Amino acid sequence: MMSKRIFHLRFFFTTALVSWMAMMVFTQLMAFANANQMEHGLKEYLPELFYALFFLSIYSFYKVQLGRSRDANLQELLWKVFVSGLIATIASLILKFIEDLFLSHSRIGENPLLTNLIYNINIGLLSAFFVSTFIVWEKFIFYQKTKKLILGWRIYVYTLLATLLISLIFSIVNFVLSQMFLFIILALFLLASFYFSANLKWVAYLNYKQKWKSILLFLLILIYIGYFFNYLWGVQMQQPEALVFNGMWNLTIMGFFIFIFIYTFISILVILFNLPTSSVFEKKLEEIISFQRLSQSRNAGKNEREVYQILLESSVSAVLADAAWVESKSGNNQDPLIIKYKIGNDEVKLITEIISKSKEKQIVNSDPITNLKTDRYITSIKNNRFKSVLIFPVYIQHEIIGSLILLKEISDGFNEEMITVIRTFVNQAAISIENFKLIETILENERYIKELNIAKNVQRSLLPSTMDHSSFFDISAYSKSADEVGGDYYDIYKVDDNRTVVIIGDVSGKGTSAAFHMSQLKGIFHSLVQLDLSSHEFMVYANNALAKGLDKNSFITASIYIIDKNSRTIEFCRAGHCPTLFFPKNAEKPEYYFGKGLGLGILRNNEFQEYVNNDKIQFKDGDLLVLFTDGITEARNRLGEEFGYDRLKELVFKNAIKNPEEIKNDIINALYEYCGTKSPHDDYTVIIIKFKEKI
Amino acid sequence: MITIQTEQEEEFYIIKVEGEVDASSSIYLDNKIGEVIKSHKKILVDCEDLKYISSAGLGVFMSYIHEMEEGEIKMVLFGLSDKVRNVFQILGLDQLIKMVESKEDAKKLVNAI
Repeated sequence: MMSKRIFHLRFFFTTALVSWMAMMVFTQLMAFANANQMEHGLKEYLPELFYALFFLSIYSFYKVQLGRSRDANLQELLWKVFVSGLIATIASLILKFIEDLFLSHSRIGENPLLTNLIYNINIGLLSAFFVSTFIVWEKFIFYQKTKKLILGWRIYVYTLLATLLISLIFSIVNFVLSQMFLFIILALFLLASFYFSANLKWVAYLNYKQKWKSILLFLLILIYIGYFFNYLWGVQMQQPEALVFNGMWNLTIMGFFIFIFIYTFISILVILFNLPTSSVFEKKLEEIISFQRLSQSRNAGKNEREVYQILLESSVSAVLADAAWVESKSGNNQDPLIIKYKIGNDEVKLITEIISKSKEKQIVNSDPITNLKTDRYITSIKNNRFKSVLIFPVYIQHEIIGSLILLKEISDGFNEEMITVIRTFVNQAAISIENFKLIETILENERYIKELNIAKNVQRSLLPSTMDHSSFFDISAYSKSADEVGGDYYDIYKVDDNRTVVIIGDVSGKGTSAAFHMSQLKGIFHSLVQLDLSSHEFMVYANNALAKGLDKNSFITASIYIIDKNSRTIEFCRAGHCPTLFFPKNAEKPEYYFGKGLGLGILRNNEFQEYVNNDKIQFKDGDLLVLFTDGITEARNRLGEEFGYDRLKELVFKNAIKNPEEIKNDIINALYEYCGTKSPHDDYTVIIIKFKEKI
Repeated sequence: MITIQTEQEEEFYIIKVEGEVDASSSIYLDNKIGEVIKSHKKILVDCEDLKYISSAGLGVFMSYIHEMEEGEIKMVLFGLSDKVRNVFQILGLDQLIKMVESKEDAKKLVNAI
């Protein structure tokens, strides 16, 4: 598959070659006819027409060829121009050599046919050279482009190319432009060339070496241009009447020649004048690059050491220090990190001592907020290889985390500007290090969040996903935690179709440790529930089991309910948990069942059994049992008032007629409405049990 | 959130707890009690201005029960609001920690035990 670009290149090259050949053929025919005073019967404008075609093709060819090299640097482009000029010149010289060879042996040299042939080959060569140079120079001008510049340049180029058409029209109508008029047009082109030659911004970006190289190349290019102009001029002087096609009077060739000559010439001068200042520019550029490296180091995820390394290198090269080191107090009482440049350990120690003792310290900067005297400067040290020292502490949030020490072998070796530059470097390094540390913290936090999510998932799986229960009652439960991991627990176990055990609990504290304690409780519940214990026995065993596993400050409150259809009883034991709300269908009001109780894990010995009771309630069909955790009653509104036991009681009373699911929803909605938030502040758990009525 | 003041009155060491004892502020209470029981045998906790106590706060009192028994340290809480007292009662801590109305009662109780 041929790419579009290659196709274009081939197409333009072919048309250029064909039209150039055609021009040669017609010129030869006309020259032959002229020499023999014959009528050739050919139109006079044919050479002009084919030259215009050739020129446009060659222009398009280079436009496509060099168009790609937008990214190529100017040095490469310059080199291309130099090479194409070299080839064109050498080819032209070879022709001249052949011509001279013939001339010295015979009179063929004066043959107008040969003269025209060689002349037209030269026209082809120089047109190609001029056009390629022109297009490269255009890129130089557009090194920094503005809208105005682009517009102006476009007009200029189109005018130049339009001269091809003008020349052609003139030759068709057989009109010869007066010399005077020709000069005026060329003078306008000259002015335009000067105008565009002011665009030399690229010069500033060349370094010292590149500038010298560019001067050399530009000079050689100028010589080629001169050579070709000289050739045209020479032929014009000697035998203009023999020429069928005269390049000297061609507006286009002259227009291009004027521009590339002026631009080349001015470039050389400007580069020459810029030579002395280039070292300063280079220095500034280097500082900017160093600054960039310091700024970018955080993106590259480099560690502290590398930031210090860059700081050291940049600073040393910016102020041309003879020696330097950076030291970092990397915390954790580790040995400080020291990176040295052209200095030994002993000297570091020695200079450190001199710095701490020296009274000739000059404070050059101080921290604006803490007013700490920061950057210090010792201008002259006696009896040491180094005469001047600069000390820059590296700060993160007003805390020194390291220092940079720069040394010079001459006294008073640093100036104001150097100090400013280094301060900027040091600040940037501090930012990079701080960012680096922040990223570390963020990553660590993310890890914690992930772990917490795992705990959350584990905890969620601790709560029953389905409420498998005996068929003589309906049950509905709600549980939501305030944090990622909560401390509320409930569970249900269907012993058989007549008996079901329900547990509700609250682990003191929150977060991950609460979740662990909760899972202990779940394990205990599912082990003990199978042993057919009384509710009191259950709590005593649970307390014993938890005594070993709970933290010193932790306890668990829980209530267990054994609901039995045969005896129509709810046997329950309250281990420090919230009271149970029971609402018999025929009663006037719901009542809280307190009874004696003590939280699990508070007394971790046999005394515990004396503090908990085995209670029993008789239930009838349609009775309502409400279990909850203290998150519900202790939920507060904006004024800090608690939701309280009375409000809950009232809600249950009002909605008792509904089914458990509806009662649960009513309670939860009322609770959120009361708090004025959509997310819980504490862990909320509520379970509604309603005994079925026989219909 | 919480203010803890201490004073020596006769042979009694009084810890006054003001404000709300929740998970974060309970640490201060824990530290204070832990420090006091090392050098004092008769401790009164003034809860007159204790507005709220969370389960973490209860955990602090609970954690010293065993230690106090062993060290024959006597501690009495006084001046609890109904709400705060209720929290202690629900958990059952009122069975293990003595609570009275006034400072005078508390002093008497400490000497009586």
